[in-house]
Amino acid sequence: MAEITVIEAIRSSLEEEMALDDRIFILGEDVEAGGVFRATEGLRTKYPGRVIDSPLAESSIIGVSIGAAHYGLRPVAEIQFADFIHAGFDQLCSEASRWSYRTRGGAYLPMVVRTPWGGGVHGGQHHSQSIEAYYTHLPGIKVVAPSFPADYRSLLKAAIADPNPVLFLEHKRTYRLVRQDVTTGPAETVIGRSRISRKGSDLTIYAYGLMMHESLAAAEALAAEDIDCTVVDLLTLQPLDVETVLEAAKATGKALIVHEDTLTGGFGGEIAALIAEHAFEYLDAPVRRLCAPDIPAMPYHPNMEHFFMPDREKIAAAARELAAY
Amino acid sequence: MTVARTRRARSREMIPEYLLSEHQLEEMYYYMLLARRLSERMIALNRQGRAAFVIAGAGQEAAQVGAAMALQKGTDYLAPYYRDLGMNLVLGMTAREAMLNLLAKRDDPNSFGRQMPSHWGNTDRKIVTQSSVVTTQLLHAAGIGLAAKMRKDPIVVLTCCGEGSTSRGDFHEALNFAAIHRLPVIFYVQNNGFAITERSEKEMPVENVADRARAYGIQSAVVDGMDCVAVYQTVRPAVDQARRGAGPYLIEAKCYRLWPHSSDDDDSRYRTKKELEEWAKKDPVVVFRQRVENDGIFPREDLDEIEHRADEEIREAVQWSLMQPDPQPEDALGFVYKEL
Repeated sequence: MAEITVIEAIRSSLEEEMALDDRIFILGEDVEAGGVFRATEGLRTKYPGRVIDSPLAESSIIGVSIGAAHYGLRPVAEIQFADFIHAGFDQLCSEASRWSYRTRGGAYLPMVVRTPWGGGVHGGQHHSQSIEAYYTHLPGIKVVAPSFPADYRSLLKAAIADPNPVLFLEHKRTYRLVRQDVTTGPAETVIGRSRISRKGSDLTIYAYGLMMHESLAAAEALAAEDIDCTVVDLLTLQPLDVETVLEAAKATGKALIVHEDTLTGGFGGEIAALIAEHAFEYLDAPVRRLCAPDIPAMPYHPNMEHFFMPDREKIAAAARELAAY
Repeated sequence: MTVARTRRARSREMIPEYLLSEHQLEEMYYYMLLARRLSERMIALNRQGRAAFVIAGAGQEAAQVGAAMALQKGTDYLAPYYRDLGMNLVLGMTAREAMLNLLAKRDDPNSFGRQMPSHWGNTDRKIVTQSSVVTTQLLHAAGIGLAAKMRKDPIVVLTCCGEGSTSRGDFHEALNFAAIHRLPVIFYVQNNGFAITERSEKEMPVENVADRARAYGIQSAVVDGMDCVAVYQTVRPAVDQARRGAGPYLIEAKCYRLWPHSSDDDDSRYRTKKELEEWAKKDPVVVFRQRVENDGIFPREDLDEIEHRADEEIREAVQWSLMQPDPQPEDALGFVYKEL
């Protein structure tokens, strides 16, 4: 397998796993025709009866997946856009996240909910959202947000094998933007581990999804200015790899957390709190968050969209300030 | 102290006017009675300060026992709601387990003290773990039905809710999904006349929940939920038909909530003594006993013996359960994620 895109990483992983385990099936809107992003293209023909179009009803997609997983199948649900998952929040929050807890493991849910998230695609308020913070607040659900095709492959496979509900976040801007040779890519990733993707001595940047790519680009640009950045690809947000997060902060003494979700109550607050609580004595500067402004959602017009989203220039600017502190 | 007594073996031959055997009728009475008397004991323990909360199904025993008896125990699934003590008893829950659940004891097999009482769940018995949220379980039932259909397993899922919860979106989504895929799901609505304080005219503009099924292309029936025999005779064919692949069925059992919503509710705010007295005459447990006695199915002493047996089982279960260990504080932790 040479260089592949993110969407091809997802499609090929689904295809391979379905071949190995006939309990795996796909449920979602338009998935029989391949899905609006083509993540399930060709799978219906290859696995008849195991790719199932759902009605346009997100609570159904998640609630039915819960029942099927309880029965012993391995549903991989697709919510067409993360923006529409809110109608299924009750099923994830009140039911899926507590299934194992309330039965002391007597019942459990090996299910995956895949969904495209994030901005930069002129999707406006309802096709651009970051939803991770709602779900990282639900112990019992695992939340995975990869950035590179090889990680999409190993983490999607791990999510399918996991006996717990996994929310698998796919940054839609990266679907066809990011390529990677997955044969020589990084070693297999597991759920619950973050990765230090770049090592530098001046400051540490934390990111996931599209912002991971923007952060790496910023780090490259800063290297020319003799600002040497560590970049942490968080990969799994819940359960978080606290050890790697702290290790990276302690090594540089300066932390910059980047996400395209809005600032207040965003996942960056959790990283900042962990660093403040457990790495305070290593810090040379206040922890810095670079996030979207606190407005309800991403505006549509490109001018405002660009204003809303962090990017490599904004990251580099924030990093320069932090390095100079 | 148990009274030694030789019990006459009940015939399994069908009695024409009931289309049930003596054996089945005895089971019906026993489970209805056990559910009612257990609930009465639970309320007593609540008033004594020994049980923090009780939510019961008094008035719905016939609706529950008749429907659960139509299932294949250990094979078919139940996705229950919180009033379904009677269903759980039929499917294998013991009086001891019911008391462990009430008292949130460490060994309660439903949730080990992690949920409020009457939040059922038992994987071995195919009883699906439930929350306090209403009608979410209908979608779980649809999911189980879908999985069973994909695996070609001849099982049926029966899922319960009250009429009040049929206004929620998940009710409608579940009916729609199950109908599209012709899933082996019985939607069993126990219409007890109340959503806490609200009567059904504040909940829906149609007379019967069953009328709503038509819009989803689902067969439906209304049954007198105070009549255990009628319930069984309505649910059983629907279960058989669903097992053969005929698709979902909605059954509305019209019953009456004889008690307040829960141990924390005062129903004098919203209904009269006179109304209660009228309905008490239709008490499904009392009416059933009168009927089988008058019809000469069981002599009085046999019925007394059944009652005695239920009472003894409960008495023993209460004594035993009160001495069982409570969860330790740190038992709050663990099993957040399943590890295989």
